[in-house]
Amino acid sequence: MSELKLNPYFGEYGGMFVPQLLVPALKQLEAAFVEAQQDPAFLAEFQQLLTEYAGRPTPLTLTRNLSPNPLVKIYLKREDLLHGGAHKTNQVLGQALLTKRMGKKEVIAETGAGQHGVATALACALLGLKCRIYMGAKDIERQQPNVFRMKLMGATVIPVTAGSGTLKDAVNEAMRDWSATYETTHYMLGTAAGPHPFPTIVRDFQRMIGEEAKQQILKAEGKLPDAVIACVGGGSNAIGIFADFIAEAGVKLIGVEPGGLGINTHQHGAALSTGSYGILHGAYTAIMQTSDGQIEESYSISAGLDYPAVGPQHTYLQQSGRAQYVAINDDEALAAFQHLAKAEGIIPALESSHAVAQALKIAAEATEPMVLLVNLSGRGDKDLAHVHSVLAAQQGGV
Amino acid sequence: MQRYQQMFQRLNNEGRGAFVPFVTLGDPNPELSFEILKALVDGGADALELGIPFSDPIADGPTIQNANIRALAAGVTPAVSFELIEKIRAYAPAVPIGLLLYSNLVMAKGITKFYEQAAAAGVDSVLIADVPLHESKLFRQAAMAQNIAPIYIVPPNVDDDDLRAIASYGRGYTYLLSRAGVTGAETKAAMPTSELIARIRAYNPAPPLLGFGISAPEQVKDAIKNGAAGAISGSAIVKLIEQHQHEPELLLTKLRNFVSTMKAAT
Repeated sequence: MSELKLNPYFGEYGGMFVPQLLVPALKQLEAAFVEAQQDPAFLAEFQQLLTEYAGRPTPLTLTRNLSPNPLVKIYLKREDLLHGGAHKTNQVLGQALLTKRMGKKEVIAETGAGQHGVATALACALLGLKCRIYMGAKDIERQQPNVFRMKLMGATVIPVTAGSGTLKDAVNEAMRDWSATYETTHYMLGTAAGPHPFPTIVRDFQRMIGEEAKQQILKAEGKLPDAVIACVGGGSNAIGIFADFIAEAGVKLIGVEPGGLGINTHQHGAALSTGSYGILHGAYTAIMQTSDGQIEESYSISAGLDYPAVGPQHTYLQQSGRAQYVAINDDEALAAFQHLAKAEGIIPALESSHAVAQALKIAAEATEPMVLLVNLSGRGDKDLAHVHSVLAAQQGGV
Repeated sequence: MQRYQQMFQRLNNEGRGAFVPFVTLGDPNPELSFEILKALVDGGADALELGIPFSDPIADGPTIQNANIRALAAGVTPAVSFELIEKIRAYAPAVPIGLLLYSNLVMAKGITKFYEQAAAAGVDSVLIADVPLHESKLFRQAAMAQNIAPIYIVPPNVDDDDLRAIASYGRGYTYLLSRAGVTGAETKAAMPTSELIARIRAYNPAPPLLGFGISAPEQVKDAIKNGAAGAISGSAIVKLIEQHQHEPELLLTKLRNFVSTMKAAT
């Protein structure tokens, strides 16, 4: 078997911990990715889809009323305006082109909130690929509109009842499917996690978020931001906006994990905040586990952050001290969701609301001028029913 | 790991192949699990292949997933699993015992400590389902330091470079995969041709045992006829446990009969 072309590790994190059977499929994907990155025709087609179909570049918005502190300017990178409603569309277009390049005609994917499922379904509809999407039975229940969207675009949605019936179990089932079908089928993993080469591919197919934002903020401010803030489930929107700032030592990188009911409860999804490391879904990285190594079930008000591990590059960025990771709990995210809606007329995804909440926290404490860049990774349409019911259950409602 | 060499030597002298049953330790509970292990030995198993229950068994189909769920629900931890191994080791001192499990259970308390515990319990080999050849170095070294055989999987899509490395690093036996996909009797083994097994044997690896989708005596017979050193059967056995877990006497009888029928085909 040919050697790997790219380093599968970020420091000591990452790797390719999969059954031997899947190694040829991952090596084939790696080779296709490396070749595609050097092929002007591939890059041009990807760029054309991003511009003419998805709507890139997305705007950078200086908020007018959001910041609680006149010293602090908060900019939003508007991935919520991308076709499909979130940053997920970027990388699925890249992976769909790779799928065709490998001569594969079918795609499998996992989805939690349904955003990656919707993105996969639209890319497959556009490029003539047949797709089936694994989704936890519990998630299907709480994300009905996205299930309908996927079906409208021709995808088959397969409910997963094993385990907790959420994203983790959907990934398990997708990997099981792939181990029988890899010859004809591409596994379109939805985040910058999983076995090599997915963390690298997904990062590089999301890195335009940070590249655009850097140029936009330089144009607006004449300097780089003081901090870049993004929510982290698996970590694709965060690594996408971080990537082009990693070499800029003066820019703080802040990842925001879902604190759920609090990181001292077991009801959260903040893998990096727990300081525990192990192997889940093919990578050695920060994970939520028992002392025996059983994977724990995560929890978050936001289905898209409800995952008990994180992409290995984030673990490395934390360990090396380059990025800092904090947790925002459900209540704080919900408050930020409402605040952004009232202050700016923008309804964010619950995922992105975690990043907004952290920016508000930093702004409130600032004692000198500061420019914050927040990745508004998705819009909140999909969350309306859920937030409505949560608020109705709380005293007073909206 | 010398027990494997002794077993294959004995089988060679008898002119027969090996039959190796797989079950998940602690399924459906630790007490009945020990009786199940004894029944497999009493039925004539040449070796045992045992799983430690894990929350996310990505290489397993529904039957063995359910075994993991039952065992975890019964409170089976790695510590409980090792206690069961110690007991069956005492019951069957000469029978090779292999572990088949997932990497996070090996990592949780430290790789070295895991292999020390396994050796102390009487384990002869360890196969980690989600550690492929090129990630296996640390695990292999820790295994060899404890005189435990590192087992490698040879999938149907293997190439010559990997075969050469597997032949050089593997000890005990070689796990020959009959087909792509996950474990389960739902998808029958695709019998590799004698040419494929001859190609594998040309690299002189540890004796190849065929697994995945083996549920009937004819498959065992065919595997050996085509050049395998024996066969491994998991889901068919675990299915019996699932069906008869509430009728222990009937279950144990059926297990003894199943194993002896499969063994008779070797």
